[in-house]
Amino acid sequence: MFDTDELVINMGPQHPATHGVLRVVLKLDGEKVVDADVVIGYLHRGIEKLSENRDWTQIVLLTDRMDYVAAATNNLGYCETVEKLMSLEVPRRARYIRTILAELQRLASHLVWLGSHAMDIGAVTVFLYGLRERELVLDLFEEYCGARLTYNAMRIGGLPLDIPSGWDKKVLAYCDIQDEKIAEYETLLTQNRIWLERTRKVGVIPGPEAVSIGLSGPPLRASGVRRDVRKDEPYAAYEEFDFDIPLGTNGDTYDRYLVRVEEFRQSTRIIRQAIEGLPEGPIVGKVPRLIKPPAGETYHANESPKGEIGYFIASDGRSTSPYRLRVRPPSFCNLQALRRLVKGHLVADVIALIGTIDIVLGEVDR
Amino acid sequence: MAQAIAFYTLSALILGFAVLVITARSSVHSVLFLVVDFLFVAALYVLLGAQFVAIIQVIVYAGGIVVLYLFVVMLVNLKRPPEAHRDKRRLARLGAALAVVVLVEIVAIAFYGYVGPSPVEAAPGALATGNVEQVGMMLYTDYLVPFEVASMLLLVAMVGAIVLTRRNL
Amino acid sequence: MIDLLVIPLIKIVFVLTGVLITVMYLVLLERKVQAWVQSRLGPMRVGPHGVLQPVADVLKLFVKEDITPVRVDVWVYTAAPIIVLVPALIAFAVIPFGGEVHLFGKTISLRIADINVGLLYITAVASIGVYGIILAGWSSNSKYPLLAGLRSSAQLISYEVAVTLTLVSVILTAGTLSMVGIVEAQAASRVWFAFVQPLALVIYVIAGLAETNRSPFDLPEAEQELVGGFHTEYSGMRFALFFLAEYTNMIIVSAVATTLFFGGWLRPFPNVAWLWWLDYVPSWIWFTVKTFLVLYLFLWIRATLPRYRYDQLMRIGWKVLIPLALANIVVTGIVKVLL
Repeated sequence: MFDTDELVINMGPQHPATHGVLRVVLKLDGEKVVDADVVIGYLHRGIEKLSENRDWTQIVLLTDRMDYVAAATNNLGYCETVEKLMSLEVPRRARYIRTILAELQRLASHLVWLGSHAMDIGAVTVFLYGLRERELVLDLFEEYCGARLTYNAMRIGGLPLDIPSGWDKKVLAYCDIQDEKIAEYETLLTQNRIWLERTRKVGVIPGPEAVSIGLSGPPLRASGVRRDVRKDEPYAAYEEFDFDIPLGTNGDTYDRYLVRVEEFRQSTRIIRQAIEGLPEGPIVGKVPRLIKPPAGETYHANESPKGEIGYFIASDGRSTSPYRLRVRPPSFCNLQALRRLVKGHLVADVIALIGTIDIVLGEVDR
Repeated sequence: MAQAIAFYTLSALILGFAVLVITARSSVHSVLFLVVDFLFVAALYVLLGAQFVAIIQVIVYAGGIVVLYLFVVMLVNLKRPPEAHRDKRRLARLGAALAVVVLVEIVAIAFYGYVGPSPVEAAPGALATGNVEQVGMMLYTDYLVPFEVASMLLLVAMVGAIVLTRRNL
Repeated sequence: MIDLLVIPLIKIVFVLTGVLITVMYLVLLERKVQAWVQSRLGPMRVGPHGVLQPVADVLKLFVKEDITPVRVDVWVYTAAPIIVLVPALIAFAVIPFGGEVHLFGKTISLRIADINVGLLYITAVASIGVYGIILAGWSSNSKYPLLAGLRSSAQLISYEVAVTLTLVSVILTAGTLSMVGIVEAQAASRVWFAFVQPLALVIYVIAGLAETNRSPFDLPEAEQELVGGFHTEYSGMRFALFFLAEYTNMIIVSAVATTLFFGGWLRPFPNVAWLWWLDYVPSWIWFTVKTFLVLYLFLWIRATLPRYRYDQLMRIGWKVLIPLALANIVVTGIVKVLL
């Protein structure tokens, strides 16, 4: 009877809830979102191109700045790809420590995710609690390598530094605190009726569709697809540890929340096993003085907190920089799902959905 | 004496704002003057000793109905159709006719319709209990049928509004 | 003459000053309470433990530039914050802060006015406050504040119905509309209405949170919403008035809850003999303590709970609270007739 127009609303790039410089152009029909156009590129720094002019070792610094919330994972992925290309053997102790660092990163990243996701939905206290625990992780990293955000913590063939004395005890103490605190966060959110109403049935993606969109990581596992690079193509020292992969059933925001919360517990489990079984030995393998991988190309994936981060490196065997470095960032591929997720939802859900995919714009834009 | 001053002041204000309602340029201003008008009418009710009706006037009329007027005025773009400007004399004649009809009605009420005691003598128990009881009793005994009819009217209005605005029924 | 004019004037001055200072410090209290819940400290710099922070805030707001956007409707734009603040302040006219005190040979009752439709007066005044929000949104001449203002006021008028219905059950229990009368009814029955009407109390607190646009019902003004709410285009002192009005409304809701459900200025445990010494605590102290406890509950809820989406908010108001309040009235009526 009445004619209504569609309203076009622009969110971002400066917006308190888009986790960085993301722009989403929403087409609304009343309160319902009809379409969403995601515009990225505001944080593009040309990392892939820059790396074509850097030494193989210098590139580790660049990878820090992609997923800046979980920098050590980026470093690890790159180093392992080059090691794969050069067929280098990494000593066992180095692999164990790398696993510990990667899992600590997973905890730190998930803490930021939990805090900002909860804060977007209104529970501001969880953000402060999450950051309080993240401070402990950052202190551990600072003790290890001197930096709090961009670690440069891996080298091709191993690690730059051995762990300081007493560090392993501190890590174990942190794991105890973290296990306690995750129970505390759960009392605030998991059974909270308002939380359930805001996250259940919001942004449902069934398993097959998740696979066809190209999701990875917790969003994929929450849709019921059992895929974790740590189990399927183990790297570092993951095959020596015993851990579970949490799976969801419905593929809605609540399941993604539950999957990541359970990953907290699994990470502390892995870290404890790693610390207890930490072998002695060198921390760097037999690496030539000048790193020059043979000609060829390879792809290697890691399980970063956000999903599957993959590195494709092509080397021409002659120069001291890669011919081509291409990163498969999990946030970029997961962000593609946003357009599909928000259709039919209300405007207030868009914020929750951006939070549930867990993106870092540094990774999306590189 | 004080009552007379109050009455004449209030009446002057009510009439003044009523004139502003119809002469305001913007519809929103018009509605706002209407609200102020209703508040003064509520004051008039208090002067008559009917505090309950005064408060109800504010809650229901000024605080509910006119809010809805305001919503409508703000959301719907009221544009006068171009034809209305062409024939000003037709509008003026229509307005004059309506004004004459209303004037005749008022005069008729003033001369033939005014019965009943003067307000000061009404309901001596009113001030003590705040006349909620009086209103309640009358509403449910003497005026029960009009009360039920009014509620049916409200129900029909609600259903009508929902039917009109739902896109898929 | 003195009784009719001077004493009420003095009371008004007291109450207004008291309310405005309380509102300033309520803002500080909210920041502090939120901070403590979040394991941090809150304002600490201005004055010992940040106690002078409200003074700093007020000074800042006074010296801020008064920006009026170009194409707004100036009269309405200026009037909107006033229309929101004034009803919030005048509602204090019927709130009983205490019993009676004897000063200078006169018996002064600790309330500005005791009108026999006191409770309805507060409802009436609250429904006028809605205009300020609508007009603020409209006069900003921008479609987002307009829509946000309309949504905010739709939320307010929906929950007004729920609040009024719970007030009706309390009126039924007390038998009077006057605020003082309700407290005296609680004194006479020696039991606070919180125990007689627990459902009404719960509904009132939830609806009160929604009426004052507080968490978990504050979506219309949350920063994460796409628009900044109806006060997007306001800055400086005008914005401060909106802020003041919101906190004043919170105090009114708490004060009414205290009067209706928690015995107003009466001391707790009137039946317990060995607590006789509580009689010596002045009545207005009891009132203040109780009001602050309810306010603390509001602050606590804000720090803890996530917020509802707008459609869920409206659904709760219309489909849950109003039927429950109606059922409560029916049950109260039946019980009153049978007893």
